[in-house]
Amino acid sequence: MKIVVTVKQVPDTNAEKAFDPATKRLNRSAIENVLNPFDEYAIEEALRIKEAAGADSTVTILTMAPQKGVDIVRKALGMGADNAAMLSDEAIGGSDTMATAYLISQALKHIGFDLILTGTQSTDAINSIVPAAVAEHLGIPALTYAKKVTIADGRVEIQRETDAGYQRVSAPLPALISVTKSINEPRYPTLKGIMGAKKKEIKALSLADIGADAARFGDAGSKTWVESFTPVSARGKGTVIQAQDPVEGAKQILEFLIAKKVV
Amino acid sequence: MHFELAEEQKAVRQMVAAFAQREIQPNAGDWDRAHAFPLELFAKLGQLGLMGMSVSDKYGGGALDTISTVLAIEELSKADAGIGVTVSVHAGLTTRIVEAFASEEIKQKYLPKMCTGEWVGAFALTEPESGSDAASLRMRARSDGDGYVLDGTKQWVTNGGFAQAFVVFARTGAAGSKGISAFLVDRDTPGFTIGRVTDKLGIRSSNTVDLTFEDARIPAAHLLGEQDAGYKIALASLGTGRLGIAAQAVGILAACLETSQRYARERHQFGRAIGAFQAVSFKIADMCVDLDAARLLLYRAAWLRDQGMPVIESSSKAKLFASTAARKHAAECVQILGGYGYTTEFPAERYYRDAKITEIYEGTSEVQRIVIARELLGRLEERMQKQRGAQPMSGAVNNGLAGIVEPAAELSPDAAG
Ligand SMILES: Cc1cc2nc3c(=O)[nH]c(=O)nc-3n(C[C@H](O)[C@H](O)[C@H](O)COP(=O)(O)OP(=O)(O)OC[C@H]3O[C@@H](n4cnc5c(N)ncnc54)[C@H](O)[C@@H]3O)c2cc1C
Ligand SMILES: Cc1cc2nc3c(=O)[nH]c(=O)nc-3n(C[C@H](O)[C@H](O)[C@H](O)COP(=O)(O)OP(=O)(O)OC[C@H]3O[C@@H](n4cnc5c(N)ncnc54)[C@H](O)[C@@H]3O)c2cc1C
Repeated sequence: MKIVVTVKQVPDTNAEKAFDPATKRLNRSAIENVLNPFDEYAIEEALRIKEAAGADSTVTILTMAPQKGVDIVRKALGMGADNAAMLSDEAIGGSDTMATAYLISQALKHIGFDLILTGTQSTDAINSIVPAAVAEHLGIPALTYAKKVTIADGRVEIQRETDAGYQRVSAPLPALISVTKSINEPRYPTLKGIMGAKKKEIKALSLADIGADAARFGDAGSKTWVESFTPVSARGKGTVIQAQDPVEGAKQILEFLIAKKVV
Repeated sequence: MHFELAEEQKAVRQMVAAFAQREIQPNAGDWDRAHAFPLELFAKLGQLGLMGMSVSDKYGGGALDTISTVLAIEELSKADAGIGVTVSVHAGLTTRIVEAFASEEIKQKYLPKMCTGEWVGAFALTEPESGSDAASLRMRARSDGDGYVLDGTKQWVTNGGFAQAFVVFARTGAAGSKGISAFLVDRDTPGFTIGRVTDKLGIRSSNTVDLTFEDARIPAAHLLGEQDAGYKIALASLGTGRLGIAAQAVGILAACLETSQRYARERHQFGRAIGAFQAVSFKIADMCVDLDAARLLLYRAAWLRDQGMPVIESSSKAKLFASTAARKHAAECVQILGGYGYTTEFPAERYYRDAKITEIYEGTSEVQRIVIARELLGRLEERMQKQRGAQPMSGAVNNGLAGIVEPAAELSPDAAG
């Protein structure tokens, strides 16, 4: 079984971020980039599926990112993925969410797959759109928000996490699954994995390789654009509740939360 | 010349940092207060490959270069300096000695299990009456039939309470540095007992014990290197072991900087963040400069070792500078946090207690200065004494000094010959 995991390079959540006023894009070169934390769960799940499925299964990492993003690909390979493909091109800059999904789906067609695993969201743009849009482009089922995955007899079944509980959803392969953080505990890359990663193939994909239609990506191919940006305003002062009696204090907090419609 | 870490070196640092920040740092305060050695951690560190990081892959190790090993110890120490020294003594000192100086049979028996973390290693040189003056050690090893019989006491042995493999230095010949041999002693050796656990100021998640040997018989095959040539092993291994302690100091310093930066931004007095006061911000600037300088000395020394060059002097410089800076800035970190810094609510007081040891073990700062000065000036005092016909100081002053008279073989697997 050929499993492909799509992973995204995101700015370190702890880093201070800045927008380039000219392009209205995030200035990605100035910040430390990391592997999208959600995607670590997808990689872990892929490795577990591969380990259960046996020797002829492989895990391929696919990312669309500037060349610098090779670090996060190596990390994924260090965790145990077999090989990787990377789509980098200056012309991709400015691509919006749908353009991104188009390019990723073209790359997936090019490298081939039986099963695609993704994170539920990225920690920077947080759209949670790419997985479903990619599946739509590929004409395959999208099983999203999986907290458990079972594969048997050419079918995949997931427990789809919801606020109230979970739904059981199943579909035939090939399919795309996006996984949540409750699905597993991602492993750390081992020293052997890290040392072995440099010997693994990272295939460079060009826009020509994947047959991308120039009208469908970049600034020109994006139907949405950034009009302006405003920094988030500093959080206001919190409300401090002081009570002698802890039970009374808890009651006050509860009333506060009810008033805010949090509970 | 360039100052960029290689891709795998960065990857090792990132992996260890992620592990340490998630699995070690949140527990460091509790382990410190309880004086608890987290035994279960070693299986995890073994799985990641860190316990065997300096062992070649033939024995199940990760065969990391020296730079990567110091990066790993730095990141562990940033989270908990006690764990940093535990790993440094195991992987930076003991497994390296076993691989470089033990017989093939011993390597096959011990190294794979030391790589998984199932067996922990320890290094026993210091005795109650012999610290800096290590060449004056008294513990005896008497050749007897097809083995050796050990008698004596060792003190302050890091990891001792949990270790299986002990590198032990004992006297087989005449007084002084030329009558000392090194042995690998198994924990289960009859006549060998683990003594009292040392209560101490800092690095309380590391384990420090005394060892007693009473007619403890070990097979001849457990001799490391040549008989009477053990002191050279001690010197060569401390030359690289010190890189681990320098890395420990750098890790503490990095933790101090991070803690100070965060606090100086968040704590408000007189209507502004305390970092806006120059008196506070300059402390942080100085801290960062010393951290950079310590790292550069440390990484250069590690790089020299990777080039197969002598490191005794450069590792002394790195350890001296890094440990001095760690102690000084840990005090400033407490100062920046004010009263909160003195409480156990914040980790600053732990950094302050932990930093001090880096100026003491694996050669005190005074000893490091002697090593460096002798490299610059030669052995002036001994020459003078010879001219006057007086006796030189007893033996060769510890932990690195005799290396100046007879440059000790660098510790590498080939050194065993
Ligand atoms: C108008 C506009 C302009 C933009 N311009 C730029 C730009 O110039 N440069 C830029 O870098 N970004 C740009 N972006 C952001 C970029 O389009 C988003 O990264 C993209 O929309 C993906 O959305 P998301 O990150 O929210 O993914 P989500 O849908 O939240 O991600 C879910 C999963 O999809 C997969 N995935 C997402 N992105 C990738 C990827 N790149 N490679 C592989 N897998 C992936 C991962 O598995 C991830 O876990 C722009 C967005 C907009 C709206
Ligand atoms: C927590 C801990 C863990 C340790 N772990 C280990 C271990 O795993 N294995 C091991 O073998 N040892 C270990 N040690 C011992 C450590 O290496 C020694 O404490 C150290 O070498 C100093 O020796 P000493 O304590 O006997 O001090 P001394 O040698 O008695 O020195 C006392 C003071 O005199 C100074 N001094 C001594 N000689 C000179 C000189 N010639 N010129 C100028 N000043 C001098 C010293 O610098 C120091 O300030 C450990 C110690 C501690 C506290």
